[in-house]
This record gives sequence, C-alpha cells and structure tokens, in this order.
Amino acid sequence: MDGKVLLTMRHIKKEFPGVLALNNVDFTLRKGEIHALMGENGAGKSTLIKILTGVYQMDDGEVTIDDNKVFIHSPQDAQNSGISTVYQEITLCPNLTVAENMYIGREDSAWIRRREYERRADEILTKLEIPARSTQQLGRCSLAIQQMVAIARAVDMKCKVLILDEPTSSLDDKEVNMLFKLMRDLKAQGVGIIFVTHFLEQVYEVSDRITVLRNGELVGEYRTEELPQVQLVSKMIGKDLDELSSLKENTDSEKEEGEVFYEASTLSSTQTHPFNFKIRKGEVNGFTGLLGSGRSESVRAIFGADRITGGIVHIKGKPAKITKPIDAMKHGIGYLAEDRKRDGIIAELSVRENIILALQVMNGFFKPISRSESEAFADEYIKVLQIKTANRETPVGSLSGGNQQKVILARWLLTHPDYLILDEPTRGIDVGTKLEIQKLVLKLAEEGVSVTFISSEVEEMLRTCSRLIVMRDRHIVGELKGDDLNQAEVMKTIAGGKA
Amino acid sequence: MKKSFKNIFSNGLGQLTIPIIAIIILVVFNLFRDPSFFSIEITQNNEGNNVFSGNLISIINGASELAILAMGMTLVTAACGGQDISVGAAAAIAGSAFVKVLKAGETISGGRVILAFLFACIVAMCFGAFNGTLVAVFKIQPMIATLILYTCGRSIAYWINGGATPTFSSSIVTAIGGFIPGVPIPTPVLIVLAVAVIFKLVFHFTSLELLTQSVGINGSAARLNGINSTLIKLLSFIILGLCVATAGCIGVSRLGLINHETLLVDIEMDTILAVAIGGNNLGGGKFKVGGSIIGAYVIQTLTITLYAMKVSSTDVKAYKAIVIILLVVIGSPVVKARFGKFMTKLRAKKTNACVKGAE
Amino acid sequence: MRKNLIKREPFSDTQLLMTITIGIFVIMYLSAMGFLGGGFLHFQQICDMLNDNASLIIVSCGLTIVMIGGGIDISVGAVTSLVVMSCVLYLNNDGNIIVSILLALGIGLAFGLVHGFLISYLEIQPFIVTLAGMFFARGMTTILSNNPQKVSHESFAKLRSIKIEIPWLGYTANNGNLITAKMELGVVIAFVCLIAIFILLKYVRLGRCFYAMGGNQQSALMLGINVKRTRFLTYVISGLLSGISGFVFMMHTGAGNSTNALGMEMNAIAASIIGGTLLTGGVGNVAGTFFGVMTLTTIKKIVVSSGLNDPWWQDITNGGMLCFFILLQSIVLSRRNRNKKAKVKV
Repeated sequence: MDGKVLLTMRHIKKEFPGVLALNNVDFTLRKGEIHALMGENGAGKSTLIKILTGVYQMDDGEVTIDDNKVFIHSPQDAQNSGISTVYQEITLCPNLTVAENMYIGREDSAWIRRREYERRADEILTKLEIPARSTQQLGRCSLAIQQMVAIARAVDMKCKVLILDEPTSSLDDKEVNMLFKLMRDLKAQGVGIIFVTHFLEQVYEVSDRITVLRNGELVGEYRTEELPQVQLVSKMIGKDLDELSSLKENTDSEKEEGEVFYEASTLSSTQTHPFNFKIRKGEVNGFTGLLGSGRSESVRAIFGADRITGGIVHIKGKPAKITKPIDAMKHGIGYLAEDRKRDGIIAELSVRENIILALQVMNGFFKPISRSESEAFADEYIKVLQIKTANRETPVGSLSGGNQQKVILARWLLTHPDYLILDEPTRGIDVGTKLEIQKLVLKLAEEGVSVTFISSEVEEMLRTCSRLIVMRDRHIVGELKGDDLNQAEVMKTIAGGKA
Repeated sequence: MKKSFKNIFSNGLGQLTIPIIAIIILVVFNLFRDPSFFSIEITQNNEGNNVFSGNLISIINGASELAILAMGMTLVTAACGGQDISVGAAAAIAGSAFVKVLKAGETISGGRVILAFLFACIVAMCFGAFNGTLVAVFKIQPMIATLILYTCGRSIAYWINGGATPTFSSSIVTAIGGFIPGVPIPTPVLIVLAVAVIFKLVFHFTSLELLTQSVGINGSAARLNGINSTLIKLLSFIILGLCVATAGCIGVSRLGLINHETLLVDIEMDTILAVAIGGNNLGGGKFKVGGSIIGAYVIQTLTITLYAMKVSSTDVKAYKAIVIILLVVIGSPVVKARFGKFMTKLRAKKTNACVKGAE
Repeated sequence: MRKNLIKREPFSDTQLLMTITIGIFVIMYLSAMGFLGGGFLHFQQICDMLNDNASLIIVSCGLTIVMIGGGIDISVGAVTSLVVMSCVLYLNNDGNIIVSILLALGIGLAFGLVHGFLISYLEIQPFIVTLAGMFFARGMTTILSNNPQKVSHESFAKLRSIKIEIPWLGYTANNGNLITAKMELGVVIAFVCLIAIFILLKYVRLGRCFYAMGGNQQSALMLGINVKRTRFLTYVISGLLSGISGFVFMMHTGAGNSTNALGMEMNAIAASIIGGTLLTGGVGNVAGTFFGVMTLTTIKKIVVSSGLNDPWWQDITNGGMLCFFILLQSIVLSRRNRNKKAKVKV
C-alpha cells in the first residue's frame, strides 16, 4: 500500500509580520496517493501550499522531491520540479483561448505552434470529457469549465505532484464526480495528489491519507480509514463536537403564526424566473439547491442587487418598491453577499470603517458618523463577535477569512436589520466560526429578526432553518418543513424525485 | 516615548513621509546654496501696495493653481482609479468663459466678476460632468475618457475666444491674481487656503471620504452596501470641475488675458505628479488630500530652486524628471522592503557584535 | 447549456474591435472619395498619409504592446523628438549615417531599459515613470538645442531623397504627364516594424505572454510566466521603436526642432484605442492600431478638404471622433458581456 516517498517537506517555518504562520511542519507525499490537507482557516494550509508552489519563500526547512533537495523560488521553479497547482480562484487568463491557456508558460520553443497546441488541447479535453473547444476564448466559458481547463493543463504537464486547492467549491455534483474520476486515474498513473478542501465527505470519498494542521503546527498524519469523521473535526478545531449536535433541538420551534415581514409575488430579475416568497418575523428559512440553481440569484433579487424586471413586494403588509440595494436597506433588509472578497469587504479600509459602512450609507451623505461614535460601534462589535484583529484600525484585508466574515456580519448587525439575508456566510471559514455564526443566526431569530440562510452544506441548513425552499434550474421546486426536514428528503427534492 | 514617536513615523505619517522629507531636503539644500534664499522682503508693487516678496512667496504663490487642481484630482483618483488628463484644457475653457462674461459688459464691476466666476464654474462643471459620465456610466478608463477633452479642449477655448487672445484690465481682477490692497499676502494663496478649508469642511460634514474610498477600493461591494458609485464618481469629477474653474480664473487674473495655448499648459502632468508624490495610490482607494497639497509645493519648490540656479525654463523639465525619479524610487515598495531588510541585518550584526563583545 | 458552450465563437474581443475600426475607416474613406473627390481619388493621398505618419505608426505599435501588457508609456513622443535632435546634431558634425542609426536605437533602448527597470523591478507606477521620462527627454532636447537645426549632410540627403515610385498607381495630370505615386523609405521601415510586431504578438511565445500578463497578471504569474521580465520587455520594445521612429521622423522632416513630435504620445494612444486596444490590457492588435492611425489622419484630411478653415475644427472633430469610438467600444463590449451572461443563464 505504501508507495515510494515522492515529496517531503521537513521543519518548514514561515513567519509573517506578527504571525508565525508555520512552525516546524512536516509533510510527506507518496507516489500514487491522494493526500488530504486539512485544517481550519489560519491553520497554515494555504501557506504550506504557497511555499510549495513558489508564491512564498520559506524561512526555514527543506523540501525534497524523489530524494533530491529542491529550491522553489517562483511558480516557474515549481513547474520545473514537477509540481502543478489548481487553485480555487481561476488562475488562467480570460482573454486567451483555451488552448493558449493550456500551453502558455511552458512552450518548448520561442515560436507558437498554434495548430499543434489546439490539436493536443482538443485531444485532452475530449479525453477528460470537458465540454469546451480549444479555440474558445476562456473568459466566455462558465466558471466550472474554466476550472476544468486548469486541471487539464496540470494533467497535460505530466506533473509528479498535483495540488488541488479547494477545486470543488465552484463545481456541481456531477462535475465533482468527474473530477474524482480524473483524480483516481491520475493516482493510478503514480501521481501524488495533495487535496485541500472544506468538504469533509469529499475527503472520505477520495483520499488515502490525511494530514491535519492547526494554528501553524502539525497535528498528525493519518490513514483515512483509521480516522473517523468526528475525530477529524475534533483534531481540526481542537475541541469536541458535542456542541454541534446540541444546536439541533432549537430548530423544532416553528414560527407559523408570526406576522409576515416580507412577501414577494412573481418577483423576477434579469437573473431569475418569477418566484413567490415570504418570510415571517423571527423565522429562519433557507434556499437550497445545487450551485447555479438560482438560490443566490433569488436572494439578490429580494435585495435588489440585480436589475429587477417585475413582481410585487409587500413589507409588513405594505407595498414596497425595491430596485436597488439602498431601497432594501431602508426597509430594514441586510444582505451578506456570497463572494466575500468581491462583494463584501473593502480590503484596504480599517475594521472600523468596514463595520460602520452600511449604517453610514443608510444615515445618508450629509450625516457622517463621528469618529468617537464609530470607534464605540467598532469596539462593541469586535467584542460581541470576538473578531480577532490587532486593533480596530487594522485593514480588513489582513484578517483571516472567518474574521472578515464576522466584520461584514457586524456591519449588517449594526444597522439593526429586521430581515437579514446570509448567502453562504460559512463558506471557506473554519469549523469553529461556522458554529458561532449558526448560533448567532438562531439568537437573532429569537430576538425577532427574520433570517434567510443559504449554505452549500445541507446539514448546516437543516440545523438552522425551520423552512427550506428547494430550487432547481432557477425554479422553486419544493418547500420543506417540519418532519420533512431531513437530508434524504432534501436530496430527493433537489434531484427531482416526487416524494 | 520613543516608541510612540516611531509609531507616528511608520503609521501616522506613513503616506506623507516621502513628500515631507522631500520638501525638507529641498529647503536645506537651498539654505546651503544660498542662506538668503528664503528671506522675505516687503516691497512696493506696481499698484503701490506694501507686499511680501521673495522666493518663498513665489513658491507658495506659484503653486496655487497646482495645489487647487491636485486637491480635486486626488478625489477623482481615489474614486475612479485613474486620472483626468484634461484639467489644463478644461481650465483654458473655464478661463475663456470667465473672460467672455467679463468682456460682455461695458465696465467690470464686482458683481460682474462674481457672475463671470460662477459662469466659469458652471461651464467647468459641465465638462467635468461630461468626463464623469463617460467614466461612471460608460465605464471608460478615466485617462481614455479625458483624452477626448485633452485633444479638443484648447481648441474649444480658442473657438470661445473667437480665434483671438482677448485682454482686459480691471483692478478687481488684478487683485484676484495679485494682491488685495492692504493685504501683503498674494490672493491666490488665500484662495488655496479657502479651498483647503472647504475640502476639510466637506469631509467633516459629509461622508464623502468614506464613500469615495469604498467605491475606489471595491466598487462591487460598495454597490451592495447601497452606495451609488456612479453618483460618487460623477461627483468627484464635478468637484474637480469646480477646482478647474477656480484655477483657471486665477491663471487668467494673473495675466489679465486669456491665451488658450499657454494658460496652465502641461499642468495636468504636474497635477498627477503632485497626487503621486503625496503618496496617493494612482490606482484608487485610500487618499490624503493633504499629501497632494504638499506634493504640489514640492514640485513648485523644485522648479523655483532650478530657476534660482539659472536653469532656463525650457530645460527645467530634464532636471525635474531626475528628482521625480529619485523621489518615486525612494518611495517604491520594493526599495522600501530592501532597505528594511538591510536595516534589520545591520541591527542584527550590531547585536551580534555586542554579544561577542560581552563574551 | 452545454450545446451553447460548444458553439464556436466567431470573434474574440480583439478581432471584433479591430473589425469595427477597419469597417469605419473604409466607409469613411469611401464616402470621402464620393463626396469630396479631389485628392481622395488618387492613390497618392494614401501615400501622403503614410509618409506623414510613418513615425506615428511605429510609436503606436510600441504603445500598443505596452497597453496590451496592461501598462502605459507617455514618453514616446518626447523620446522621438530627442532622437531627432541628437541625430541631427551628430550628422551636422560630420557624423556617419550608420552610427547615427545606432545612436537613434541606443537612445530609444536606453529609455526603454530604464523605464522597464523602474516599472517592473521597482514596481513604480508606469504613468509616473514614463511621465518623468517624457519630461527628461523634452528637457534634454531643449538643452541640446533650442533652435531648429537643419541637416546638412550629403549622404543623408541622398538617403532622404530615395522614394519608392509606383507608376501603376499614379495618375495622369491635366497636362498629360504621368504622376507616379511616391512613397518614402520611412514607410517601408514602418511596415517592416508593423509586420515584425504583428508576428511577435501572434506567433511568438513572448507575444502571447504579453496578452496573458495584460489579461490577468496574477494568473500569468501562476501559469509560470516571468511577469517581471515580460513587462520589462514591453517597455524595452516600446523604447526601441521610439528610437526607430525618431530616425524615420528625421528622414521625413530633415530637421530637428524642440517642438518635434509634440503631442505624439496622445495621438499614439488615440490611434491604439481607435484600433481596438484596451487600456486595461490583454486586448489589442497592431493591425488595428495601423488602421487607428489611418482613421485619425483621414479625419484630418477630410476636415481640411471640406473647407472648415478655422484652426480649431481639426482638434474638435478629432475629439468628437475619439469620443464616438470610445463610446462605441464601450457599448459593444458591454452588450457582448451581457449576452454572455444571458447565455450562461439559459
């Protein structure tokens, strides 16, 4: 079973100003294995990956490939050493064609042999069953296909070590399965694969071995079959998971009788088909469905984030007109966007400024929040949400993902919304913070705030929501509540089988 | 105590470190070269007023238009992540509009001057709004969008002037470009002060600063937080329009004539430079108006210093370029990082030496 | 959805923008032939346009490369002017033509190297660096000589007078003489540069790296491209072309003047934009740039021959044309993007 050792990293140390990101970490990858690298956010996974790919330079330690010591100073060095990487964010050039993206940066001659590249690219795309053409402009393909092209590129490079950094977060189930098939094929060819993901089930589906990091230190290396899921999670967060199950009881309390806060009929935007939706005061409901099923687009329509094309909206029984975000905010609606980096944080501004932003906008242009007031608000929420930051004037961009998310939550909580829309608030953040956010949602609901919660992890939604709206192909295909709220039922509805 | 000083240096001053050091070096250099360089005398000017004169006054006075434009340019840079290269041309148009109204009547009364200034403001704001619309609504890069006005602005001014360079004489207008009787300080300096105070008040009484920075750093997030980024960008161009009108009117008042070709020529480049020397990121985002003002004075001090060294006005550019490159090289992140590493190494060596000494 | 994705895209952004420009140029020129007649009916008109703009074509090519790489170089006009002045002074001191060519290339290359180094290795904003370069070159030109200098060099005069005559494209004048179409040597040099850059961008690895870097710098880095060196090279090429352009400029005018090539950088930027290059980087083509230059010149010629004699009309129509092209591109591109979104949706 144990293949030959392919890659070792010994005593890796990396320090950033004020943070010891990696301290004496070891990592070993064998030929023909899929090795999952696990850890919370800030555990040092991405730093370790970036050292291996030449984005960062390590301060101390050594890396060997096939027993030869290697020095990786740039992504180019990494490629030459046989390491290729597919990142979560697409790292290809949208203005080039698919074929060019697959071959640029590694041509063997100064001239471009376009025809040959296109032929070879088409061959690989067909082999991997990727529905794209080599002559297409990459920017015109869907995100999932762009991701697969990135993998195709790595595959074609005949790499020894393939790093997949959260490759599945923008893929739907079918595409994930395609990817796993591909991974197994490569494994059979003797490629060592490092797999980084937040989805625990996926780890157990494909990986052979798991290395766990916590707070920049190595917790241990385990065979997948010898490490039960619960233990894995407890190793990642360093505490037991009893708390997770205790949440479950809260969901039984249903708010069937409360006053309807928001009601929309035949609401549609440029991105959605007309749909009906309502939420009561103090209710937690959720949109579920596969990626691209229209769940994000629906809440964006509620918030007025896309161009609204029709529909009637009532808030607290009165007709309301919401065509842009500021209208929604004035009606007491808050929206935490799906893409934190693109739509959430203002990276270079301080934690304080990020927290007061929404309130400031609602107050209006001519009523600025004074410095002392804003400092008080910031301090309050840094304490309440336990945001880990050096101080309130630290630029938000330098915080970890989970803390950035908390800052955005603070921003909306500060506006004291009646209705809060949380689109994937737990994506890409660590298990501990996930739990905190779920608890917060339930607490808000108790205080009478309506919450719409969206998450890719169905389990998480079952734990928090009392009503689930299921979407498929941009249509609402079902609504589940009470006893129907269980994994099997949700899956069945998503998949389209009648109960 | 020492630590807090260091903090101020690394955080509080941060962005302003380079321009302040630059201005100090220039001052010290001049004092060495000619100790009397900065002496201020009281002389009588043509109108018989007692006024201050000397190199220092000509620096502060001469940089007025630049400083005013730099303030407006900072906002545009922050909100749009690009620069307006048409300010010189737009100032020529505003100046022409100013003169057109001045010359429309028989005499030039105080009321007419105000009317003329307001008209110039409206014209400049319209052109600002034109640029702003291209940038904010049509999402065109600022430099490209303003290239249009840069190409044809001075010709439009020429057209307004009817193919001539009209002159006028009026004691009120001369007072704007020179000295108010009884006040020894040049009027343009007072106007800069007034504009700076207005900017400060605007930032204090509105949330413009926060909103502009948000739009400049992350437009998409700003929109989802209810900020109308189109409006903010447009607003920044309109404010720049006001600055352009003010600068244009000062420029016209100084000379008593409007020449569409020479009025504030090449000032767009100096303005952008002032913004950059002031430590503002030309890619948008966080900004400090104060930095740009200091940047403007750095440029003017440099120019006057070179003049004082008998460099001809056409050759000044070459020397200016060298100093600019030096400034930006020192300010470049790479050089800073290298220098920081070097210092830590040096310090480590020192400690090592100390330890060895102790042994 | 899958089927839609597989459908072949007829045009990339670059090709689309270029096609629009070429289309408008052809329409404009044809209508000028129809309505204004006169000079437009003779091939010599095109030759004149090329003769006058050979150096602009060359610098625009350099600028296009820089813009494709996501940068900007506003020093090109000033460097051209400095090269002209230096070469003129050198030739008037009994210089050698070969050496003067090397001098021109050397000055351009030096500017390119310094710009490239400061921008890519010290990470200083390109606008500021090339602005300083522009100031320096303009200042140096006036330091060299503030007065116009005419070349009085025999063999250079011979070189200048070489004209390529194309009899079959000529026309018969009223007095019955055949007037052949004449093209200057500079035009040939311009075409050589144009073709070389076209090949570089399309068929050489480095050229595709320019596009990759302009499209997404971070991605280019991850794809294993040496971004710093690639960016460095864009400025070096642009500098070198400015040097060549200076020599061509001198061959055209035969004199050096401190106001030579004034505002050429903005004309070059305008030509690149009209030709479909985006300042944001990653999109553009030198063939488009060539037609950008021709479009700008045609507008000038049309203004002159349609009797708008007031001096301001030329700039105002230029500005208006630029505005038209910029808006057109903005609208075309945003519609395309909207279509793409809609396609993903269905």
